[in-house]
Amino acid sequence: MKTTSIMIVGVGGQGSLLASKLLGRLLLDEGYDVKVSEVHGMSQRGGSVVTYVRYGEKVYSPIVTEGEADIIISFEKLEAARYAKYLKKDGLIVVNSQQIDPMPVIIGAATYPTDVLAELTNKGMRVEALDALSLAVQAGSPKAVNIVLMGKAAKNFDIPYESWIKAIENTVAERFVEMNKKAFDLGYNC
Amino acid sequence: MKKLMIGNQAVAAGLHDGGLGVVSSYPGTPSTEITEFLAKYDDLHSEWAPNEKVACEVAFGASLAGARSACAMKHVGLNVAADPLFTLSYTGVNGGMVICVADDPAMHSSQNEQDSRHYAIASKVPMLEPSDSQEAYDFTKSAFELSEKFDTPVLLRMCTRIAHSQSVVETSEITPAVLKDYEKNPAKYIMMPGNAIKRHPFVEDRTNAIADFANDCMYNTVEYNSDEIGIITSGCSYLYVKEVMGDNASILKIGMPHPLPDKLIKEFASKVKKLYVIEELDPVIENHVKALGIDVVGKEMFSILGEFSQQTIAKAFGLEDKESISADSEIPNRPPMMCAGCPHRGMFYTLAKNKITVHGDIGCYTLGAVPPLCALDSTLCMGASISGLHGYNCARGAQAEQKSVAVIGDSTFMHSGMTGLVNVAYNATNSTVIILDNSITGMTGHQQNPTTGFNIKGDVAAKVNLEELCKALGINRVRVVDPYDLKACDTAIKEELEAKEPSVIISRRPCVLLKSVKLLPSLKVDADKCKSCKRCMGLGCPAISMKDGKAKIDNTLCVGCGVCKQLCAFDAII
Repeated sequence: MKTTSIMIVGVGGQGSLLASKLLGRLLLDEGYDVKVSEVHGMSQRGGSVVTYVRYGEKVYSPIVTEGEADIIISFEKLEAARYAKYLKKDGLIVVNSQQIDPMPVIIGAATYPTDVLAELTNKGMRVEALDALSLAVQAGSPKAVNIVLMGKAAKNFDIPYESWIKAIENTVAERFVEMNKKAFDLGYNC
Repeated sequence: MKKLMIGNQAVAAGLHDGGLGVVSSYPGTPSTEITEFLAKYDDLHSEWAPNEKVACEVAFGASLAGARSACAMKHVGLNVAADPLFTLSYTGVNGGMVICVADDPAMHSSQNEQDSRHYAIASKVPMLEPSDSQEAYDFTKSAFELSEKFDTPVLLRMCTRIAHSQSVVETSEITPAVLKDYEKNPAKYIMMPGNAIKRHPFVEDRTNAIADFANDCMYNTVEYNSDEIGIITSGCSYLYVKEVMGDNASILKIGMPHPLPDKLIKEFASKVKKLYVIEELDPVIENHVKALGIDVVGKEMFSILGEFSQQTIAKAFGLEDKESISADSEIPNRPPMMCAGCPHRGMFYTLAKNKITVHGDIGCYTLGAVPPLCALDSTLCMGASISGLHGYNCARGAQAEQKSVAVIGDSTFMHSGMTGLVNVAYNATNSTVIILDNSITGMTGHQQNPTTGFNIKGDVAAKVNLEELCKALGINRVRVVDPYDLKACDTAIKEELEAKEPSVIISRRPCVLLKSVKLLPSLKVDADKCKSCKRCMGLGCPAISMKDGKAKIDNTLCVGCGVCKQLCAFDAII
């Protein structure tokens, strides 16, 4: 079996580490060999962050390179565009339609590209966008953006719904389980 | 049971399951989690030391006492611990001792890209290098036996990709920690010339013995797949090579980069037509292979800079390049920045406004260098802000003294700022030092330090009083200022720069990300009052932006610090 490559990208502080933890745990429980490569340290301070998740029968490299990602899960529009070159032909981008201006844009040294998702679609990429922030708020916390996005991406994995729910129960703190399950469902069903 | 672990967690588990008794470390990305995971065990002693030299010496003392011991640090931390390391090589150990060092190729969170393997060679200490979490566990656990068998400390080299990648680990039986007997042995442990002279031949013999052992050990492995291509590789480069070459090349995987196994290398080289060395950073293995008189291709094909990937290997061998599409629009960078409400911001804004030359240091506050603040002039290494400022003022005299400061965090001051401050007082420059006391070691993810009043377990501990300490070091002018109060910052900086003696300003306010900090309600902009002067934008606060010509505050980011409010001349921020 060939190795599948997933990228989780976003802005430092958006909760991508929990998303990769959930995914890693789930894939291990499903019997795959798994590698998850994270970023710590300086990049967390509001910078662009990327996490790689790779799984299959035997995974060697923990990182994903250009033209290799089966799915990119992006917590923010600009970050989807930044890492689009990592997507393989026929790959899928699941993206939160939220816009978070980076500092060069805030101070007027650069401009945030207009309609960057349409540009990716026009290039032939499969892009599924959703307002994950609103759905997360609906579920009970703006911090659940990560789980909403995982819910949206879930149908593209060959893994039953129940296993995802079990992985949520095993990964998040008990008092947040119900809220995160709701967030997952909102993403899953939209 | 199989578990996903980051490499650092696997190292911690390996140390614990190998019978660790004492660990002492200083945090540093990408090594920090090793000690954080060890702190969760109650059957060993763990601590944050003020710096890596102290940590390494604590581990030495514990080893001398008969316990298995360890210390962990990032690559530049080993520079600080180099002094004990080189002589530890001579004394050897009683209880096994492991020095974990994490390199950072591509400099994700570091100021340089140094290759720690040179330290193994220079100090004549064996080094192990795992390529995934399972090996991180197995190598670390076995390192204690290696250490005791050959009477040597053992270096364990990690790198960012191994330290921070999760992969599957199956743990094995736990070796209970035992305390060996301590016997006084001056000839081995007192390194004065007469004794050290006798220990040096022991060190040389030991290296030869380990090199011989390296030819047939668990760390170095061979996969014979091809007579045509042979690749000598190590660490994460091995993973990229396997990903691309699969079973189409023979591979000699080096898990012990020092000392290298000459016999094994010669035998491997003799069995393949074309030999390559693929290693990140410096040509350490390559130079050794060449010195054996073996023809090999290395750095002419694989860069000395940065990290590799499967793509690096595929491209170098001219294998299929994967098709990819990029967006046409220019994608603005998203650099890391100081958080909304960061207590450093008010001080940096004031320094930049007054056009002060700022000698910086290592920590979150290095981010004061980025636009729009652009407040820093230099950042070299831990502690260099204060000593650098003193040197700058020695060279440029009184005028410079009135226009330059050093900024250093509380943890960095404890690490290596104190000696610089003693030098300022002793050798008398009218230097002004600002200690940015945010009550935590911030950049590495909130570790306690001697100024916070808590130890690694979160228990109450002795707390250094920075004001009294600075006075004891010879500084008479010490004052405390709240960095959220811009006017107070401005007054303090101007008065201390004017002063005819050295001074310290303690800029005190806890990191806004600390759970103990009570956040204030977010502020907002009264659009009718906002005159679009953009003065508030000069703070570089991620919560403030211009929308439709007016300043706007993002209420999900703003923590109500009120610094922008003080800047607004039109009372538009409420």
